[in-house]
Amino acid sequence: MSIRLSSLAAVASLIAAALTPASAQTLRYANQGDLKSLDPYTLRESTTIAHHGQVYEGLVARDKNLQTVPGLAESWETPEPTRWRFHLRKNVKFQNGDPFTADDVVFSADRVRAKGSDFATMVANDTKVIKIDDYTVDFVLTAPNPILISQWDVWYIMDKKWAEENNAVAPTPAAATTPSFASLHANGTGAFSIESHQPGVKTVFKVNPNWWRKPEHNLKEIIFTPIASDATRVAALLSGEIDIMEPVPIQDISRVNSSPNATVMSGPELRTIFLGMDQTRDELLNSNIKGKNPFKDIRVREAFYKAIDIELIKTRVMRGLSTPSALMIAPQLFKLSGDFTRPKYDPDGAKKLLTEAGYPDGFELSMDCPNDRYVNDAAICQAVVGMLARIGVKVNLIAQPKALYFAKIFKSGGYNTPFYLLGWTPSTADSHNVLYDIMGCRDNPNSSRGLTNIGGYCNKEFDALADKVLQETDNTKRDLLIKAAFEISNKDFAYIPLHQQALAWGVSKKLKVAQRADNQVLPYWFVKQD
Amino acid sequence: MTDLPAPAPRQSLIARAIDSDIFYSFRRSKLTMVAAAIVAVLLLLALFAPLFVVQDPFDPRQLELINSRISPLWTADGQRPFLLGTDEQGRDIFSAILYGMRVSLAVGALGVAFAAVLGIGLGLIAGYVGGAVDTLIMRIADVQLTFPAILIALLIDGVVKSALGNHLDASTTLLVLVVAIGLSFWVQYARTVRGSVMVEKNRDYVAAAQLIGLPARVIMLRHVLPNTMGPILVIATINLALAIITEATLSFLGSGMPDAMPSLGTLIRIGNNYLFSGEWWVVAFPGIALASLILSINLLGDWLRDALNPKLR
Repeated sequence: MSIRLSSLAAVASLIAAALTPASAQTLRYANQGDLKSLDPYTLRESTTIAHHGQVYEGLVARDKNLQTVPGLAESWETPEPTRWRFHLRKNVKFQNGDPFTADDVVFSADRVRAKGSDFATMVANDTKVIKIDDYTVDFVLTAPNPILISQWDVWYIMDKKWAEENNAVAPTPAAATTPSFASLHANGTGAFSIESHQPGVKTVFKVNPNWWRKPEHNLKEIIFTPIASDATRVAALLSGEIDIMEPVPIQDISRVNSSPNATVMSGPELRTIFLGMDQTRDELLNSNIKGKNPFKDIRVREAFYKAIDIELIKTRVMRGLSTPSALMIAPQLFKLSGDFTRPKYDPDGAKKLLTEAGYPDGFELSMDCPNDRYVNDAAICQAVVGMLARIGVKVNLIAQPKALYFAKIFKSGGYNTPFYLLGWTPSTADSHNVLYDIMGCRDNPNSSRGLTNIGGYCNKEFDALADKVLQETDNTKRDLLIKAAFEISNKDFAYIPLHQQALAWGVSKKLKVAQRADNQVLPYWFVKQD
Repeated sequence: MTDLPAPAPRQSLIARAIDSDIFYSFRRSKLTMVAAAIVAVLLLLALFAPLFVVQDPFDPRQLELINSRISPLWTADGQRPFLLGTDEQGRDIFSAILYGMRVSLAVGALGVAFAAVLGIGLGLIAGYVGGAVDTLIMRIADVQLTFPAILIALLIDGVVKSALGNHLDASTTLLVLVVAIGLSFWVQYARTVRGSVMVEKNRDYVAAAQLIGLPARVIMLRHVLPNTMGPILVIATINLALAIITEATLSFLGSGMPDAMPSLGTLIRIGNNYLFSGEWWVVAFPGIALASLILSINLLGDWLRDALNPKLR
């Protein structure tokens, strides 16, 4: 009897569920950090980029498995190796009603490489962008580039008319102290529009009813709030106040998993966390060493590398949820990563190297670190400070929210740091991005090479290999070239790679999400039940 | 001709203190004695912290990551010598509390001292000079009173830090906190002193002092000020607790002492991140230390207020 009753009830509830139309839902999303600016060319940082991806779209897009698919461009071809032709999608409208045409692409190509843009590597300075007709655009390059479009999923197309009307033609630099119109308003072609944006408090996205794609989501609005405190974020998720949050602090993963309301979706992340050292300035910033820069001495860089006990950071700070890395790229993205190993942790050897370099008593410097960007970022920095203290190096840690941090250390802030922690996911899912953007020389002001090479590591031999990598089409040869390049940079101790962190989203059981390995939270694939 | 009574033998200072009304009321109140004992123990522990700790928690060289997240000694996973366990960085909680209390007490005491000097000075001037000066000072005070002290402290802290840039080391941060707390607490002193001065300045001894031509500065500091000290003492005691709380709040919000030189508030902020993960000791013990310190100082302040109030005797 009771079995029949309960099965009846089950059937009844099934019927009820089937009869109820999937009603439009509100998604509440929290992240440990805010989106820096609504201007899509201000800051190349995954959280911010993902937010912009709700509102703006690129010529190409990436699907749930990170494969490149058509976006605002329906199709493209390369009539000659140096000429790319894009056929634009017709009948697409920006959220304010303006039609999307080739003029907007040409405008965006100029804006994205203008001064103040953090995305200048998207379109090279010597590339000509030519409008053929309203729905065809040619990109004419000076040299073949088979991976031209590989990062264009995050080069978002802006409305020329809207930008001109609102005095937003110039991109907003990350270090700007007064917000521009484009940093507080947005007008894209994407799935959602911005209803309101209060920096640091709350951003509300409203569904765009005129989106050209058929929506896979069932949302009518997204309410995004930054919640910096780990404990508060977890509490909000467990109590059902928010539907999704990122990242779940690693100490709380088991707590979230044991709750009836939410689970942790985790997986390896493609981001590599590393330490960078200023190797360009003649005098190190904020140091007691005057008149010279210890990091110019390779032995000092090697000493720093060997002073860091990465296994201890893994077991103690990351609670096992990290993969120590010998390279500046995740093993999933480079086949030959297995050929590399980290130099052994060796504090005595490090001390000896420092003595040889002329710093038997170590020296003093400051270190910049975000405290709301990566998993346990400030705790990792503190651990590094302790480890360096053991070889006599006194580090004054400046851990601050990412908005201040990025504005200080990136190009717009003048690369203003002697020693820093950063994480990087190659947006191309390919090594060349790492070799070019964060390891290439930045001595040529007309090139975007080394745009995010904050420490300014520079080796011409390395750059030559990177250029060959760009043009090599044979994958086996290409991998060998990449390997040769990484061998040079590892020998130079250009950077101190630490680890790949694990990605951890706290997701309500009411929510079905698509989790991408580049850690972009993209609600246009989310379905929420009542 | 009657004999004058023989003058009482002059008692020693201690004997006079023991004989005094205040000490009598102290002995009558068990609660006050307990509070005083707690304050004394905490003060001694903080002052002589280096004698009791197993490591200097402000020195990153002494923190071993391998010792991180050890639970208190009496639990199953406890380890010597970490009495109250360790945090994520391998910092001994007991040592961190003692050193953190030093920072908290230093900021609190210096902040109160700064507020008192400022408030007493302005209050004296306002009360003694009167007129437009009085109006100006007291209107500023009134405006400031409409904001909670913590808001003012946050504001000053934010302005100073953005003016000095982000390169503040721990000791500069401490000074900034002292100034922020001092500037947000001076009003009470100013108002109290002004009130007392207005009463005192019409007394005969002030008129006499003015008659013999003493300068205003001397009259204010040497004659009027000592007669207004009773209430100031009470305010200072209660404000000490408030100042420590304000510092803890600022540090808890992340704009106070940095992680490398944590005060009690910073320790609570760090520990707060581990509330859900079962590592309760990281936040619980600094919290208990802060609560007992504040409560005891407040109880002492209450008692002092009653003892010094002639109407309550």
